[in-house]
Amino acid sequence: MTTETAIQNKPRKNALVMFIHKMGSPPWFYNFSGKLVPWLWAVFCSLAAWALYLGLFKAPADYLQGESFRIMYIHVPSAWMSMMIYTSMAIMGFIALVWRIRIVEVLAMSSAPVGAAFTFVALASGSLWGRPTWGTYWVWDARLTSELVLLFLYLGVIGLYNAIDEPRKAARAACLLAIVGAVNLPIIHYSVKWWNTLHQGSSISVTGGSNIDPSMLWPLLIMALAVKFYYGANLLTRARVRLLEQDKRKAWVRKVIGEDKS
Amino acid sequence: MLTASQINFERYFEPVFQPVNFELNSGELLLVTGANGCGKTTLIRVLADILHPTSGQIENQAAGMAYVGHYLGIKDDLSVLENLRFMRDFLGTSNRDCADVIRQVGLSRVAEQQARTLSAGQRKRCALARLLLSETELWLLDEPYSNLDLEGIELVDRILNDHLQSGGACVLATHGAHRPEWPATRDCFLVSGAVA
Amino acid sequence: MTREKSSASLSGAFYALLRRDLLLAFRRRTELLFPVIFLLVVVSLFPLGIGPGPQLLARIAPGVIWIAALLATVISLDGLFRSDFEDGTLEQFVISGHPLTLISLAKICAHWLVAGLPIVLLCPLLALWMNLPVESLGVLMLTLALGTPVLSLIGSIGVGLTISLKRGGQLLSLLVFPLYVPILIIATAAVMAASDGLPYTQFLGLLTAGLITSVTLAPFAAAAALKISLS
Repeated sequence: MTTETAIQNKPRKNALVMFIHKMGSPPWFYNFSGKLVPWLWAVFCSLAAWALYLGLFKAPADYLQGESFRIMYIHVPSAWMSMMIYTSMAIMGFIALVWRIRIVEVLAMSSAPVGAAFTFVALASGSLWGRPTWGTYWVWDARLTSELVLLFLYLGVIGLYNAIDEPRKAARAACLLAIVGAVNLPIIHYSVKWWNTLHQGSSISVTGGSNIDPSMLWPLLIMALAVKFYYGANLLTRARVRLLEQDKRKAWVRKVIGEDKS
Repeated sequence: MLTASQINFERYFEPVFQPVNFELNSGELLLVTGANGCGKTTLIRVLADILHPTSGQIENQAAGMAYVGHYLGIKDDLSVLENLRFMRDFLGTSNRDCADVIRQVGLSRVAEQQARTLSAGQRKRCALARLLLSETELWLLDEPYSNLDLEGIELVDRILNDHLQSGGACVLATHGAHRPEWPATRDCFLVSGAVA
Repeated sequence: MTREKSSASLSGAFYALLRRDLLLAFRRRTELLFPVIFLLVVVSLFPLGIGPGPQLLARIAPGVIWIAALLATVISLDGLFRSDFEDGTLEQFVISGHPLTLISLAKICAHWLVAGLPIVLLCPLLALWMNLPVESLGVLMLTLALGTPVLSLIGSIGVGLTISLKRGGQLLSLLVFPLYVPILIIATAAVMAASDGLPYTQFLGLLTAGLITSVTLAPFAAAAALKISLS
């Protein structure tokens, strides 16, 4: 394990550098994230429950869209997350490629399914929302179209990662693809937006009202915060499992599994 | 010219061979031996900078490298002469006459033929011709003797001797059926897997 | 590598590789025809599937021709690095010490000359089939001339990533089509604007910007992708 020897050789530096070095070592990361994960799940559950309560029971019905606007509390945070996770995956991908840090590779690759799931939720909820708003499940609205292209980008990253046998090579290839996708993402986003105005598809924007009532806004913001914890919790859980699987023949994993059994 | 310290390469999270250390100077030959599957090809590819070592340091001060591997990099649709001419123009370093090099490796008779018609041994000779054209200091040869007849083996030894005599260096991986004779030879015995 | 690479030796390598790729393509010239025939067949399917109404065909012509061009490009892309990867030539390129970026760029240029340029040259025939107004033909050709190099450039990244897979071709289309979206949108918008008698130069400007950006960035990404695929 090179990272461990690297720690031993380095003189004691400041706490942050030490922390980064330690995070590079799979057993240390496994233990540290193991302590963190239950808290993340707990924070997510309580925040989400609170936001849903406020959003579904406390917030008044929209005077234009009626009850159906409440889909927003799922749709909008998911759409935000889908973009954010892609960005964070690409940033981690860049770090992984340049500094060849295995943990970051694992984290980037564990982000992809979570992001793809959020994208899918955003698409599905958007299309359900479209039914009462536009009278049809699918409209080539700029937002939905961008999300659809984003889903394809996610599927490409996941597909490439799974197609290549050697895990580290697969991760590096998929990280590079994520970076290329991230460079293109703003271009895709704006060209789709602009394409939409050009073709005059639909003039109604789903999240129309700019001056939204605070009682309707707060649940949205809380939900947006909650899903960030969900991402953290899900990501770390996935990364831990992936590390265990990858290092299954290594001593530290045997120790972890042994401890779990006893 | 080439120094390797503690280099290692992992595949599927397992080290392919035990950490490798050596120092190679000009006029020296490094003979990489070991059982099948111990990672000779991997080591050569790491030294060639095709693979990135998982850990360890490589210091390479050679003026250019040339490599003969399992896949020889010969285009089937081009003739022997065209193949070599392309490589000469591509490398842009050699003033040597391609026909002369082809004669040296004994391929004059088939020089105009498309490479797809060549036998495995003839293809190897074609790769050796490219090696001569490259005019590089460090040669990385992965099983150069395979597929060659006795005369071909002598040819490899001859060009290797010339190369080393003129101050070049060479890393040669072989499973051990034939050993080149050279006074300044270092041995590197690869052992597969992690350190027990 | 400590050997100094002069710019003369780099351009020598670039042209040597370009020349070799064109020679190789010429030796296998029947294979060059496949993407072109594919393009013709795909475009001819649209009148058959939609009906020969000249008005409708003229309306969808830019989109149809451009989508057919995307498909034909992706079909031809797999050959971009495949043979050099499989016969070990790519390893020789890496060890030569020449930057892989330059090598990728030379190969992309060769690919465009044999796969992209025929599309540009064939588009008058396609426009005729699709009943595209003659006035917009020039714009269509311009968008193809500016856009198909971008397709080759972006595609080269996808090829670089999938080259080590036995069946990389199927995955390749998933990887590159989302990246082609902006080009498709801008190019078809330009042709449609021209058909409607609206100004279109700003679209051509955007395409040129896309071409310049991808020429500067894509070869680096393709080189990085190839390096990963070789490991």
